[in-house]
Amino acid sequence: MALPQQKLDITEDRLVRVSLPESGAWLREARDAALARVRSMGLPHRRDEYWKYTRPDSLVEPAAPDAAVFDPAADDRPFDDIDRVKLYFVDGVFDAEASDDPTLAGVEIERLADVAGTDIHWAKDLYGVLETRGQTPVDRPLAALNSAMATDGVLIRATGKAAKPVSLLYLHKNPTSDAMLHHVIRIEEGADLTLLENGPAAARFNKVLEVDVADGGAFHHVRAQGRDHERRAVTHIFARLGTESIFKSFTLTVNGVLTRNEVVVELTGDDAVAHVAGAALGDGDFHHDDTVFVTHDALNCESRQVFKKVLRNGAVGVFQGKILVKKGAQKTDGYQISQALLLDGDSQFLVKPELEIYADDVVCSHGSTSGAIDEEGLYYLRSRGIPEGPATDLMTLAFLAEAIDEIEDATIAADIVTRLEGWLSRHRG
Amino acid sequence: MLEIKNLHVKLEEEDKQILKGVDLAVEAGTVHAIMGPNGSGKSTLSYVLSGKDGYEVTEGAATLDGADLLDLDPEERAAAGLFLAFQYPVEIPGVGNMTFLRTAVNAQRKARGEDEMSAAEFLKVIRAKAKTLKIDADMLKRPVNVGFSGGEKKRNEILQMAMLEPKMCILDETDSGLDVDAMKLVAEGVNALRNEGRSFLVITHYQRLLDHIQPDVVHIMADGRIVKSGGPELALEVENNGYADILSEVA
Ligand SMILES: Nc1ncnc2c1ncn2[C@@H]1O[C@H](COP(=O)(O)OP(=O)(O)O)[C@@H](O)[C@H]1O
Ligand SMILES: [Mg+2]
Repeated sequence: MALPQQKLDITEDRLVRVSLPESGAWLREARDAALARVRSMGLPHRRDEYWKYTRPDSLVEPAAPDAAVFDPAADDRPFDDIDRVKLYFVDGVFDAEASDDPTLAGVEIERLADVAGTDIHWAKDLYGVLETRGQTPVDRPLAALNSAMATDGVLIRATGKAAKPVSLLYLHKNPTSDAMLHHVIRIEEGADLTLLENGPAAARFNKVLEVDVADGGAFHHVRAQGRDHERRAVTHIFARLGTESIFKSFTLTVNGVLTRNEVVVELTGDDAVAHVAGAALGDGDFHHDDTVFVTHDALNCESRQVFKKVLRNGAVGVFQGKILVKKGAQKTDGYQISQALLLDGDSQFLVKPELEIYADDVVCSHGSTSGAIDEEGLYYLRSRGIPEGPATDLMTLAFLAEAIDEIEDATIAADIVTRLEGWLSRHRG
Repeated sequence: MLEIKNLHVKLEEEDKQILKGVDLAVEAGTVHAIMGPNGSGKSTLSYVLSGKDGYEVTEGAATLDGADLLDLDPEERAAAGLFLAFQYPVEIPGVGNMTFLRTAVNAQRKARGEDEMSAAEFLKVIRAKAKTLKIDADMLKRPVNVGFSGGEKKRNEILQMAMLEPKMCILDETDSGLDVDAMKLVAEGVNALRNEGRSFLVITHYQRLLDHIQPDVVHIMADGRIVKSGGPELALEVENNGYADILSEVA
């Protein structure tokens, strides 16, 4: 089907400057196919139904809008107390000098740029493959663009329990950087890996993370997106889960003019568990979009989506979340909650929760709320001597607790709470 | 200690006068009781004193040890030594009872320029106080008042009072909804705090509580005013004859 003219225009405008990176055989095929996908889907246009609440223009246009670099001295360095293997990317380019020795993690880690020229690689079965699976039933063209163009990223294969979490640190140093990273992770049978990510990455950042969790494997993911105010980011996670596998992903976002985080999870093996959670806090010029699509295609699987947003001074939060239960995915246990705490009357929360169920023996629930802080509770705390600011913070943390509880590791969860407390104390009414 | 003079209060949102000239003076070290029919304004008085939004003082004054209470934020009143045990304690999902209390204790200390209590010291003190009120470790860990029974909520109020050591304690119907044993626990908790520097204003419907917490003065409130004051025998009179006699006598 031919694209509408407006989509054709923005797509060709963007692609005219693109030449696919030089690659070896395995990657060249993937890039060619990805570019063809972009051409047939067209890049997102603001009239697209899937972009109803978030304007994609600045994520699509050929040149990235500038973004002031956030003072690194002011950064509160998430995960600092956690023993981890650190891999640095500066404006989307791996920095070997600054990074730890990757072998310390006890898993296979390679840099995409290092193996891009080879003819065969295990990642061939996954690179762009999970992304392609995630293009049905909804197009995600910015992810296909990433598969075509990204030159850096990590390829991680875990065959056992990782010795330490792998931590990806994204630094933003150039106010005009336009970065793409593409990571591929394979968790082999019974293996177990924790991935941490933090930092703003670039003025404009497009990231894809493909994760394949084999039977009995476990993948834990916690990210703290950077505190840069002016950055724009679109990220995609594509996860495929085997039998009795576990996938848990939590994202903290504070600040950022535009962030769209898409998570696409496919439960393909029986008894698998997928939890996706997020806490987003914005003050002023902040637009944050969580778009989540969970597909149940096996027996007795559990999925949870828990998204909380704290918005003030005209900040905008978006949640589009879907649970699709395919025919035959009996005994599915699906849960979805999205909530916003509006700290003033100017902020907005736009939601589109969806359930689509083709099996008859399932339990699925979803809910969405938005509201102001509970005045009775606030007065009660104040009447005990807690000043209004800290009392509001306490209530806000309580509001976020259900999302934070999705982080399994207590030390990492405590670290995230520290970030939250810091942000709240800096952004009082 | 607490002095209320000709206090007139209306609802902020509506043209409804609730307190119509309350006069009351509670001296240091004394226990005063306020009784009165439902709707006479007892809870409103306690809310206005502790600083709840939604009320407008149209006339009169309230001071604590000479300081103007009505000018202060609720947290400043608390730090100044005022405490209200709520008739309906508020549930706060997600905020742990213990975290809440430690934050409150330390916020008050900070406001008074005192050193904060260490986590270890706090734990030691709260455990001992919780025990005498039969509050178990689980109740301390749970979110504030969430899933607490009526009696548990009231005991939790008294625990907060014991931890915060206020000088002016207002108890709004702390006895309602309590069985005899729970009421004894609460009364013991209150009596343990009685000393010459601390005063109590006990709002209640029943003589029962006053058997355990002996008041020095009893006031009867009706239609937004204190209409009669007397000794403990006034509470007995209410118990035996209801409010009708007293109200017709002052009408
Ligand atoms: N926020 C409010 N909105 C409407 N009416 C109120 C409010 N607060 C108090 N009132 C009214 O004021 C009167 C006194 O109430 P209250 O102080 O609760 O009495 P008491 O505690 O003596 O039973 C009642 O008629 C009550 O309905
Ligand atoms: Mg009352």
